[in-house]
Amino acid sequence: MSGAAENTIKKEPLVRIVKRDGATFPQKVAVRVVAILLALVVDAIFIFGVTGLNPLGVYSVMWGGTFSNPTRFSWAMRDLATLLCIGIALAPAFKMRFWNIGAEGQVLMGGLVTALVMVYFGNSLPAPVLFATMLVASVAAGALWGFIPAWFKAHWNTNETLFTLMMNYVATSIVACMTNIMRGKASSLGTLNKATKAGWFPAIAGQRYTINIIVVIVLTFAVYAYLKYSKHGYEITVVGESENTARYAGINVRRVIIRTMLISGAICGICGFLIVAGKDQTISTTSAGGQGFTAIIVAWLAKFNTFYMALISFLLIFLSRGASEISSVYSLNEYATDIVTGIILFFILGSEFFINFRLIWRGKAPKLTKEGK
Amino acid sequence: MADTQIAIRLEKVTKTFGEVVANKDVSLEVRRGEILALLGENGSGKTTLMNMIAGIYYPDGGQIYLGGQAVDIRSPRDALALGIGMIHQHFKLVDVFTAAENIALSMDAAERFDLKRVRDKARAICEKYEFGLDLEQKVYEMSVSQKQTLEIVKVLYRGADILILDEPTAVLTPQETEKLFNVIRNMKADGKAVVIITHKLHEVLAISDRVAILRKGEYIDTVDTKTATEASLTEMMVGQKVELNIERPTPENTVRRLAIHNLSVTSEEGIKLLDNVSFEAFGGEILGIAGISGNGQKELLEAIAGLQPTERGSDVQFFAPGKGRAMELLGMSPRDIREAGVHLSFVPEDRLGMGLVGSMGMTGNMMLKSYGKGRTPILDQKAPRALAEEIREELGVVTPDLNTPVSRLSGGNVQKVLVGREIAASPIVLMTAYAVRGLDINTSYTIYHLLNEQKKKGVAVVYVGEDLDVLLALCDRILVLCGGKVNGILPGATATKEEVGLRMTQLQKEVQQ
Repeated sequence: MSGAAENTIKKEPLVRIVKRDGATFPQKVAVRVVAILLALVVDAIFIFGVTGLNPLGVYSVMWGGTFSNPTRFSWAMRDLATLLCIGIALAPAFKMRFWNIGAEGQVLMGGLVTALVMVYFGNSLPAPVLFATMLVASVAAGALWGFIPAWFKAHWNTNETLFTLMMNYVATSIVACMTNIMRGKASSLGTLNKATKAGWFPAIAGQRYTINIIVVIVLTFAVYAYLKYSKHGYEITVVGESENTARYAGINVRRVIIRTMLISGAICGICGFLIVAGKDQTISTTSAGGQGFTAIIVAWLAKFNTFYMALISFLLIFLSRGASEISSVYSLNEYATDIVTGIILFFILGSEFFINFRLIWRGKAPKLTKEGK
Repeated sequence: MADTQIAIRLEKVTKTFGEVVANKDVSLEVRRGEILALLGENGSGKTTLMNMIAGIYYPDGGQIYLGGQAVDIRSPRDALALGIGMIHQHFKLVDVFTAAENIALSMDAAERFDLKRVRDKARAICEKYEFGLDLEQKVYEMSVSQKQTLEIVKVLYRGADILILDEPTAVLTPQETEKLFNVIRNMKADGKAVVIITHKLHEVLAISDRVAILRKGEYIDTVDTKTATEASLTEMMVGQKVELNIERPTPENTVRRLAIHNLSVTSEEGIKLLDNVSFEAFGGEILGIAGISGNGQKELLEAIAGLQPTERGSDVQFFAPGKGRAMELLGMSPRDIREAGVHLSFVPEDRLGMGLVGSMGMTGNMMLKSYGKGRTPILDQKAPRALAEEIREELGVVTPDLNTPVSRLSGGNVQKVLVGREIAASPIVLMTAYAVRGLDINTSYTIYHLLNEQKKKGVAVVYVGEDLDVLLALCDRILVLCGGKVNGILPGATATKEEVGLRMTQLQKEVQQ
C-alpha cells in the first residue's frame, strides 16, 4: 500500500465551494452590481466583436426601448402589469407546491369570456353593469380552469403539472374554435365594439393602461398580505411544506388545494379580463403570448414575494423591449439581440450563486498549522 | 513505512461549515491491529472528522498523516487508493444488482471486468473474516444487516486496511450486532485498523481497545478501554457528571383516560398492521410501548390521534375529567378531536415531516394547532410569539431567532420545540413516539424529566420507545407489540429486559388464542 500512498499525494484542490451563512444586504447589492457590470463588459465584447457597433450606442438604444419617450414607457408598464399579474396569480399555488403550469390557459379562458360578454352584452348593458359582468365572468372562467386539475389532484392525486399543461391546449383550442364559429377563418375576433368602445377601459389621466396598472398594484399588495398575514396563507405554507404535518395539524388538505387553485385561476382570469378590456380589445389564441410561462420564472425567482416579482417582471420586460429596439434600430438579427439580453440575464441569475456560496482558492484558506514534517 | 504501528494520524484538523465549527484542532491517531471507538454525542463532529479521512470533506486546517507521511485526501477515490474505507450509515448500493455486481462496481478503472474473478476474490474475503454473505443475492432482497456486510466486503475488496464504520449498530438487532463485532475482531486480528463511530457506551466497552472522545467538535482525550467505565466516559463526553438514573415516582390517583378495544388497522396493500389491540391508559402513569420498529407503534398512535383509518369494530374511548360518559374518538379528524375539547397531545416520530413545519420558525410552529382560533381571517402572531419565547426560556432552546426555520436547529432543539408545544397545550393524554431518538444525553434526561412532571400532574402519558433500559426505568407498565398484536402488558418495576426482548420477537401462547 505504501507505493500507492506516495503516488496519490496531491495538492489541496484548486478551488472549494463553501456555503455562506446569510449574506448581508450590502454584500447582496454589491454582488448584483458587479454582475450587471460584468454582463455589460462581456456584452460589449460580443457586440463589438460580432457587429462592430459601438457598445455604448447599443446600450443607449436598449435603454431607450423602455425610457426614450412616455409612450414607450407606458407600453412597458402595460406589459409589466400583464406579466406581474400572472406571476401574482401563480404565487399561492406555487407556495403550496402545486405546480400550476396552466396560467396560459386560465388567462385565455378569462379573456375569452370577457370578449364574449363584450360581444353579446356590449351594447345592451350600462357600462358599470357591463364591467361587473365581465369581471365576474372572467373570474369564474379562470377559477374553473384552476378548479378542474385541483379537484382531480385532491381526490385522485393526479399529476398537476401535466394536467394543468394539457388544460392550456384545451383552452387554446376553445378560443380557436370560438373565433372560427364567430368570424369564419380569422385568427382573432378583431377589435371588439370598435364604434361604441363598450367594455373598453377608459383612459385615465391620458393613459390608456392606468386601470390595468392600478388593478395589478392592488393585487400585489393583496396577495402579499394574503400569503403572509392570513390564516389561509398559513395553511398554504403548511400544506406546501408537508401534507403529513397539515393532516397532523387538522388542516383539510383537499379543501386547501382546491381553494388555493380557485384563487390562482381566478387571478389569471382577471388577467385575461385586463388583457381584453384594457389592452387588446380582442381575443385570439396568442392573447396570453407565452406570458403564462414567463410568469413561472418570475414567481420562482422572487420566491413568491409579490414585491420582488414586480422587480423581476420589470427586468424581463426591460430586456425584451430593449432587445426588439436594438434589432429594429440597427436592423440586427433577432438572435444577436437575444444573445445580448441573454448574457445580462445569465449574469444576474448566476450572481445568486455568489450570494449563497463563496469560493476558497488554493492556499487562501485560513490554514492554522502545517508544520510537523 | 516509517512507523508501522500508527496507521493514521490527524494533526490539528479543523473543519467549519459557515460559522459552525464542526471540528477544531483535532489530533488523534489510529493504530494498526486495534479497534478505536470514536465516542461523542450527536453533533460532536465524529462523522465530519471521519469524512475528512474518507475524502468526503476536505479539512480547512491541519494535516492528515498516513504511516508517517503527510497526505492530501481529496476524494473517496484518493482515500481508497490509500487503503482507507468508510462504511456510511446510509448504504450506497444498487438495489437491482447482486452482491457480486455491487462489488464489481467499485473496481478500479484499470481492472478488467471479470465477474467470476470478482466473485472468487470476494468469496475468499468472506471466508477469511467469516462473513455470511450470498454473493448471488440481489440487494433489494437483503436485510439491513446483510447490506451492511456487503458494504464492508466491498471496502475490503478494494484492499482497505483502515476501516471506518459510522454507527454500524444503529440499525441492527442485538444478535446481528454480536455477529458484526465478531467480524470486526477478526479484522483486528488480521492487523487492520478499525474505527467505529458510536454513542452507545456499552458497545464501546464491549469491542474497543481505545476510546477517543469528541465533545462539541473538540478532541477531549483518548483512553484505554480497560480503564474506562460508563460513568467516566459519559463525563468526558458530556463535560460534566451526569446522573444516569431515571426517576419513577409511584403513580397516584390514577384515572382511566383511554380505553382501546379491538383496534385493527390494515394497510393499503392489505397487510394487518394492528390486530385487535386492546388496552387502557391511565392519568398519572406512564404507559410504555415496546416493540421492534415497524410492529404497529406508529399506526397505534396515529389511529388514536385521528390520522389513521381503522377497521370496523375498532373502538377508542376517551374519558374526560369530570365527565362520566366516554367519548368515541374514532371517526374524528384531529381538528374535530381538538374542537371537542379533548386535550390530546402527540409528539410524532417524524418531527420535521409531521410534528413541525421545517421552513417556519418557532413562532410559526407554535400556532400549528391553534392558528384557526377565532373568527377573524387574520393570523394572530402575538400569542404564538409569546409562547415561543416562553418555551425558549424554559427548555433552553438554542436558536438565533424565533423566526429561524426550525429545520436549521439541531435535533435536540427541534425536539424541545415540539415537546414544548405539545406540553404547553395542557394535555390530558400525551403520546410520544421515540421522543429521545438522536438526542444527546442531557436533552434525553430533560425529556424524561418533562414526562415525569406531566405524569405527576395526572396526565396519561404513552411512551413509545426503543431503548429497553429506558422503558424499564421510566414506565409504570410496558405494553409489548409484536406483529401488530399486544404481546403482554408487564409491570415496569418487575419486568426484565430478557422478558420484554423475548416478547418483542415471539408471540406468547396466551395471546395467540
